[in-house]
Amino acid sequence: MAAESLSRSIIRKIDGVTLLLYFAIVVIGLLAVFSVEHRTTDTTIFMMNKSYMKQSMWLGYSLLIGFVILLTDSKLFSSIAFLSYSIGLVVLIVTIFAGVDVKGSKSWLGVGAFRFQPGEVCKIFTSLAIARYISLPETNFKKLKSRLTAVALALVPALIIILQDETGLALVYFSFILAMYREGLPNAVLVIGFSLVALVLGTLLIDRKALFIVLTVLAILIAVLTRQSLRRNMEARILLVGIWLICILFSQVAVPFAFKHVFKKHHIDRIYSLIGKDVPEEYNKQATPGEEKKVNPSEYNVLQSKIAIGSGGLMGKGFLNGTSTKNQFVPEQNTDFIFCAIGEQFGFVGSGILIALYVSLMLRISFIAERQRSPFSRIYGYCVACILFFHFAVNISMTIGLAPVIGITLPLLSYGGSSLMSFSILIFILLRLDLDRAGMIR
Amino acid sequence: MATAADSRQYIVRFIFIGVAIIILLRLFFLQNFESKYKILANDITIYKKVVYPPRGVIYDRKGKVMLSNTAIYDLMVTPRNIPKNFDTAELCTVLNIDKPTFLKTMKLILTRNIDVRQSVFMEQLNEAQTAGFQENAYLFTGFELVERNIRKYQDAHAGIVLGYIGEVSPDMLKKPRYQTYRQGDYTGLSGLELQYEESLRGQRGVHYLERDKYNRPRDPYKGGALDSQEISGKSLELYVDADLQAYAEELMKNKIGSVVALDPKTGGVLAMVSSPTYDPNELCGKDRTHNYATLYRDPTRPLFNRAMQATYQPGSTIKPMTGLVALSVGAITPAFGLACYGSYNYCGRPIACDEKIPGHAGNFLLALAHSCNSYFCHIFRLTVDLEKFGGVKNGLQVWHDFFYSFGYGHPTGIDLPFEGKGLLPDSAYYNARYKGSWNSCTIVFVGMGQGELALTPLQMANGMCIIANKGYYYTPHFVRAIGNNEKDPLLSKYHEKHVVGTVSEQVYDIIQQGMQEVVESGTAAASKIEGINFCAKTGTAQNKAVVNGEVIKMQNHSMFVAFAPRENPKIAIAVAIENAGYGAAWAAPIASLLMEKFLKDSISSKRKAVETKMLDAHLINKYVYTIDSVSRLHDAKVFEARAQKRHEEDSLRRTSDSTVIVNWFSQKFLQPKKEEKRK
Repeated sequence: MAAESLSRSIIRKIDGVTLLLYFAIVVIGLLAVFSVEHRTTDTTIFMMNKSYMKQSMWLGYSLLIGFVILLTDSKLFSSIAFLSYSIGLVVLIVTIFAGVDVKGSKSWLGVGAFRFQPGEVCKIFTSLAIARYISLPETNFKKLKSRLTAVALALVPALIIILQDETGLALVYFSFILAMYREGLPNAVLVIGFSLVALVLGTLLIDRKALFIVLTVLAILIAVLTRQSLRRNMEARILLVGIWLICILFSQVAVPFAFKHVFKKHHIDRIYSLIGKDVPEEYNKQATPGEEKKVNPSEYNVLQSKIAIGSGGLMGKGFLNGTSTKNQFVPEQNTDFIFCAIGEQFGFVGSGILIALYVSLMLRISFIAERQRSPFSRIYGYCVACILFFHFAVNISMTIGLAPVIGITLPLLSYGGSSLMSFSILIFILLRLDLDRAGMIR
Repeated sequence: MATAADSRQYIVRFIFIGVAIIILLRLFFLQNFESKYKILANDITIYKKVVYPPRGVIYDRKGKVMLSNTAIYDLMVTPRNIPKNFDTAELCTVLNIDKPTFLKTMKLILTRNIDVRQSVFMEQLNEAQTAGFQENAYLFTGFELVERNIRKYQDAHAGIVLGYIGEVSPDMLKKPRYQTYRQGDYTGLSGLELQYEESLRGQRGVHYLERDKYNRPRDPYKGGALDSQEISGKSLELYVDADLQAYAEELMKNKIGSVVALDPKTGGVLAMVSSPTYDPNELCGKDRTHNYATLYRDPTRPLFNRAMQATYQPGSTIKPMTGLVALSVGAITPAFGLACYGSYNYCGRPIACDEKIPGHAGNFLLALAHSCNSYFCHIFRLTVDLEKFGGVKNGLQVWHDFFYSFGYGHPTGIDLPFEGKGLLPDSAYYNARYKGSWNSCTIVFVGMGQGELALTPLQMANGMCIIANKGYYYTPHFVRAIGNNEKDPLLSKYHEKHVVGTVSEQVYDIIQQGMQEVVESGTAAASKIEGINFCAKTGTAQNKAVVNGEVIKMQNHSMFVAFAPRENPKIAIAVAIENAGYGAAWAAPIASLLMEKFLKDSISSKRKAVETKMLDAHLINKYVYTIDSVSRLHDAKVFEARAQKRHEEDSLRRTSDSTVIVNWFSQKFLQPKKEEKRK
């Protein structure tokens, strides 16, 4: 009787929109992996050695776990937050020493034939811990000390993951800062953070003279818009000119100087290969001029990925007709570069629809977060949205050459058990908390 | 706080949407405006595979295969796939090579190609190598046999007729005929392979395949929608009788010369031999380049098709034609006789006649049967000097027109490339040669087949067709049907009947009678065939070679023309054997053996002795080789001198080029100064 009413209340109150978006993306993901792996010579689609079958299996496990989560008490998550976070940290540290070596990073734990990445799962624990900490009644998030503590909670796992040589995954933990911004971190953090990222990427991606013009125009634009306060306020004037100067010095003087005189050749190659660009002539430190340029692996990845996506055109080549993806030209095709399969087969229209689905999911999650009575649920909701956002933005950007190639997955779409399961758990915990949105969870 | 939080929730959402829009914008440009990625995608993923259909098979008149295709194997290697524990020694044993060779080849392959690509390790394995490899193929991971088709000449006969194929050269690619070819394609280079290239080659198929990053072809691109299917080459059915051809080649062994046998009713070529022959299989397969060079340098020139490219003075074999013209223009009657006592003395110096018996030229039939030189010189003169023509120049032109209509003096149009046309002198020719002052005595030799007249053996055989048919011929040709279709447009010109001049049937009867008497009682009496009436004419052509500018008189060419049977002609034949002697001695027996073989299918036991004599005869003179080396030395000297001259001219030009600026400079600036100084 009790179980029956529980399941009925779950069905009645669960957020259907989120669930629908979740399934839509997961199914697209399965089809994408299928399209990459399927051969016309295959007699059956049920081939257990193919990734899409494994992924379906992982989806089954994820749904099972999700169902179990829906059946638990919502208070459980806040109460185990710190405990799970601590266990997560210990496992992360253990991984440094006991990890399996996969592509040069020691971020995987192997138990028998089963392998998983603690760094992926730890995102859940960290989200819970941050939500729990900020929502504690004794925490005053206006105080610098609590803010620093919260940031530390996010960055400690990131540091350990950097030690595992999995920088991409570590960067994901910076996305918690966006969630914390919602809870009251000063605007300046966001502005400075974004500006720094924009400045660094801009310096590397845009021609130096063009960047100078862009920065100056921006500065003049701001000066015109804020001329009232500038006229009144000496400090504002100094600030604006100061920022402009720093940007110019950084992009025009500091970076070229560093590239020319500080960095070694392999450093420069590494940096430029991350963004998938050729090293500019002026920084090219060739030992022998006649030597042929080696094609960098990630440069090759990005080129092939761009070829695949770019050749898709407006409407795409059609399902199972992706010549580049089907024939394995794009490396890491099932995992980090799965977006190529969508871009090539379904073109701009298909990619646009997928991006719309993601954005809808993120907006829906932030909407759910906002309707929670309990701050724990709200903060957790934002953590989920921000992790999703970071993965989504960086992954797609790197396939089209907008961001450095740091191996992170496209949520719910990429092949991989750890990734699919951890995102499923993140979302199902949110859905479970949402069932009790009227209640106060401590 | 609440308002701040509210505004922040929107800022966060704004960031979500903003970043998504940036990504969408980038995607929009990448997917819709940067076409280079589409081109690149096609470049890297689409593999155009050209499939060559089998070339057409060539059959003889009885449906016997003369030229077909056979599979050979190339051994391919993909170095990347060779396992570490590869048994090199075993492979070397199977292929019968030593280990250093193996290593050298591998090194060469690796420097030329990427190790993931397949390269040729060994071309055209022989049977033992193929069998050995196939038995142990499972041992040799990374190595693979790939099948290819090459041409197979069934009995290695008729090489000069069938021709051979080879890769198209860059020069050929510039010609319109070869515009659909690509470097590395094969095409017919001579003989029927060249003449009927378009029919034999079929149509190439192009298959578009997707390939993966290792360059391995995978699925058909767009489900094969763009593919074109290959179409097999059409077969050719020839008039050639393969058995007759083989027998003719056998008889012509160790002789320099040629045999042309035609079917007078159709113009079909029954056999064409240019001796010495060569094994055409040598010109396909892996040693083809070396073999070709050897054949090319051979002093006896086996690659030269004497049957239709070599021209000879026809000697006495032209006498029936001389008679034909003389009789039809009314210069003589069949009863016309000439008293010949061994020489012709009407034109200053005497012209020798081999027949000494008095009265051997008592009438036309006797003269033809005994091949009287005097008689035919005389009737030739009578023809061209005939009053109604008004002068020798017009008379010769009439004679020329007759001969031209017999197919002389121009290529017959046989379906083989590079046919020779011979020489048929007309009045203009002699006007140029003798500056207008000549008369019938100047050109008297033409009447007996010497002098300026020169014919190919094919033209001689064609002349026999005209006499056999009593006035018409079909252009000689090899191919009866293309792909079972006798009405193929390529063959239509061979179905046209060429009617010759205005010669009455009685004249042909007389000529035929005379030619039959040549066999019955005349010069070819030794070459009779039991039970068959046939018409023939022997010929013994004088000839000379020019070596280093010196004229050397050489032994006579042995010639013979005939057709058989007289009543219902089935075969017309011309045999020419260089520097062999009398026509009756060599060419006549060979021709009669061939006719007997063709008409009766076997040689009667009485004639076995003749057959053996012909088969065993070795008639290639040593001086063929001497003349060849002397002329080669001469050619080399000429070439060297020419190169020297070109070099000198070149250096002279270069010096003048380099001084041009200096000269100009000195003229422009230095000269006036001098003048100024002078002032």
